[in-house]
Amino acid sequence: MTADFQSALHPAGPQSDQIALVWWILLAVSTAVMVGVPGMLAAAIRRRRVSNGQSSERRLARAVGLAVGITSVVLAGLFAASLAVGKRINSYRDPNGLKIAVTGNQWWWEVRYRTTSPNEGFTTANEIHLPVGRGAHIELRSNDVIHSFWVPNLHGKMDAIPGRVNTVWLKADRPGEFRGQCAEFCGLQHAHMALWVVVEPPDAFEHWRRGQIEPSHEPAPGSDEERGREAFLSLPCGLCHAVRGTAAFGQVAPDLTHLATRRAVAAGALPNTRGHLGGWIVDSQRIKPGNRMPPMAVPAASLPVLLTYLESLK
Amino acid sequence: MSPPGAALDSQADAAALRAAWSNRRGFYGWITEVDHKSIGKRYIVTAFVFLLLAGIEALLMRLQLSRPENGFLDPDLYNQVFTMHGTTMMFLFATPVMEGFGLYFVPLMVGTRNVAFPRLAAFSYWMYLFGGIFLYAGFVTNTGADAGWFAYVPLSGPEFSPGKRVDFWAQMITFTEISALSTAVDLIVTILRMRAPGMSLSRMPLYVWAMLVQSFMIVFAMPAVMLASSMLLADRTVGTHFFNPGETADPLLWQHLFWFFGHPEVYIIFIPALGMISSIIETFARRPVFGYPAMTLSLIATAFMGFGLWAHHMFTTGLPPATEAFFTAASIMIAIPSGVQVFCWLATLWSGDICWSTALRFVLAFFALFVAGGLTGVMIASVPFDTQAHDTFFIVAHFHYVLIGGAVFPLLGAVYYWFPKFTGRLLSERLGRLNFWVTFVGFNLTFFPMHYLGLKGMPRRVYTYTPEMGWGALNLLATCGAAILAMGGLLFLGNVFWSMTSRRTAGNNPWAAATLEWAADSPPEPYSFQELPAVSSREPMWSEAHDLAHVTGLAEDRRQTLVTSTVSARPQHRYSLPGPTLWPLLAALAVSSAFVGSVFRPIWVIYGAILTFFALLGWFWPKDYWE
Repeated sequence: MTADFQSALHPAGPQSDQIALVWWILLAVSTAVMVGVPGMLAAAIRRRRVSNGQSSERRLARAVGLAVGITSVVLAGLFAASLAVGKRINSYRDPNGLKIAVTGNQWWWEVRYRTTSPNEGFTTANEIHLPVGRGAHIELRSNDVIHSFWVPNLHGKMDAIPGRVNTVWLKADRPGEFRGQCAEFCGLQHAHMALWVVVEPPDAFEHWRRGQIEPSHEPAPGSDEERGREAFLSLPCGLCHAVRGTAAFGQVAPDLTHLATRRAVAAGALPNTRGHLGGWIVDSQRIKPGNRMPPMAVPAASLPVLLTYLESLK
Repeated sequence: MSPPGAALDSQADAAALRAAWSNRRGFYGWITEVDHKSIGKRYIVTAFVFLLLAGIEALLMRLQLSRPENGFLDPDLYNQVFTMHGTTMMFLFATPVMEGFGLYFVPLMVGTRNVAFPRLAAFSYWMYLFGGIFLYAGFVTNTGADAGWFAYVPLSGPEFSPGKRVDFWAQMITFTEISALSTAVDLIVTILRMRAPGMSLSRMPLYVWAMLVQSFMIVFAMPAVMLASSMLLADRTVGTHFFNPGETADPLLWQHLFWFFGHPEVYIIFIPALGMISSIIETFARRPVFGYPAMTLSLIATAFMGFGLWAHHMFTTGLPPATEAFFTAASIMIAIPSGVQVFCWLATLWSGDICWSTALRFVLAFFALFVAGGLTGVMIASVPFDTQAHDTFFIVAHFHYVLIGGAVFPLLGAVYYWFPKFTGRLLSERLGRLNFWVTFVGFNLTFFPMHYLGLKGMPRRVYTYTPEMGWGALNLLATCGAAILAMGGLLFLGNVFWSMTSRRTAGNNPWAAATLEWAADSPPEPYSFQELPAVSSREPMWSEAHDLAHVTGLAEDRRQTLVTSTVSARPQHRYSLPGPTLWPLLAALAVSSAFVGSVFRPIWVIYGAILTFFALLGWFWPKDYWE
């Protein structure tokens, strides 16, 4: 029925696995209580009345005391279990881990892969790739309001708060594509602020990483792609978006250098297909009302070549 | 044996008292009213009107979410609607309705004739009414608050919420908090100093204990949010930087101030409901509630602990681990006093002699619904689990189980229970049974699926979702549940209107209950008790009903009542209360002018203060009723 790619009940990493364990323990205990208390209530209501004054009051006091005692012990046990799991989750580190800076914006995620060598870092948006089995240290920031970074299959959420840097470790044990979504109300398009986490085998990840470092695809002279690039650069696109290797170096909207490799556009609102992309450029306010991309008056003749160019940004 | 002529004397007494305690009829009488029963009823009726509005908003949201990518509400309207729903429920329904019951029943239950400060009670009602009208005036003029009932900065700040929407919200907070604080102070003094002679603290009905504890919580919790809302308003209107991260302010300051109020707020709503449950169970189990000392201590413990768990709303903000452990421990521990009360009630029912009624049915539903909400509460006290559940539909399910199951079901039970006291008429039991079952089924259908939706990744406060998420079916189920729940609400309203016109009168004590409010007429005379009662046990209407001792020597030609000592309720002196007056309304208008005006022009804080000064001058002008 419901999908499994954005679910706390289908863990794909050690942290979400531990949290799911806590959940099943809590659920088991709760189920017992949910049977017990209404059961006691039913028994209290239906029982045959025989009253024998003082001694029955004393028995009741003992029963209440016992019930409170059991409750306290169970609660103490749950507290200990929760603390132990919390500690295990928090102590996870990978000295060999990736470093990724994720920044929340109204209403998309900027993703920067950071390395010690400057020419190996790169920026993308709304998509994170992770190699199976290798940890990633995520630094969370916000450029505007509070957002919350949440990929339930991998870990619980952590807020991105302006003026602060929060960190969280992610690790995935199995390949797969997992969806994450902003979990702190952040304004008009809070509902459409998703990102994908693609977990792949190490060599596939390395291939992707190498590709992302490269500047953008250079169109062949005279091709539709080149005409599309001219259209792109003559429209206001480059004031907000960057395409590395061109004169477009805007920093306030998603980096489009390798747009065509991404699964979705508009922070998960649409699948990345030619049709959706065209619709988005022409009338983004209808798809995601209030988003920061102004309506574009793209000349009818330019749109097809513009799309061809954007589709070539692999 | 009454001496001859006693009946005539008694009639003369009643006539004199009625003359002293009545108000003139008509509109002027209505706006100058200071009787706690009238004000309490106004509070309750107004709160139910706001409940109706918030319910309609909930239905709009459920319609929008009933299928993926629905276009029924655009995101702008959806955000206003969910903000208005939460704000209305918390500030304009739940707290005020509990205050209204408190204002009505506390003086009756402690056996006095009015609250300690009748004009303050009137002022409190006007502030509440004006605050609510102000917020809705904004909503219908496209200035509805849209930053959530929690209004986190910087989203609610001047940069990301331009316009007046959040200003209306912030100022409404100040209105309702002033109103709640006024009532709290009023009830505290009434409870501590105006109890019937002999009603020592250890003989106070549990409902009165609950209102005392709740009132103290209001006194300590509400100032935090008033401070926060005023700081937010200053940021927005006069350019201060309390919450501006661009000026190195920390947005988390808002969250701490808000939740320092916001978590106790839950208990401010919930604790009066616990008192209602105790009253109802005692009556329909035909025995005193088991474990009176444990019950009162649990109420007090809940109140203290309630102030130590606010940060569990902030487990995903990156708190230090030691802080998280502390707040987890506190959040889990508060389940213990709740458990004590649940077990004591079970023991009461076990050893009692149960008489079925709709009121009891609503209270018994509490045991299933509140326990479910309490358990999910324990779950989300665990930091690891909360990082998954936080801000998802799991939380929406959790707090609706706690607040509707824990407070609204007992509240509806309380309406069924006390309706004869308000109106002199019983609500129909047959309609009541239908009302109960429809509400119960609708509630669970609406909110139970939300637990699962949250775990399957559905965040709160989203105006839509894409079809491939697979949340459509359960959302549709929840929407159908909401329609059934709404029918339950209509049945309740229908029952109230139908029964009000019924010819069958209820009598003073239709349930043969134990506490003093049942000694008064149904509905009570303006002076409540012809002779103030004196008690010598916890259940005066059971042990002393035929021979309730009473106080003599109070003047009948003015609004006189008795002040007793705080702990043992020994009579100390007579005390005359003020009668009908226009000043509370004028003072509320003056304060409102400052609040409303300052949203548009800050200078109105000064103008309003000057107007308020004159209003208070009139209010406190020496008058003759103090002898």
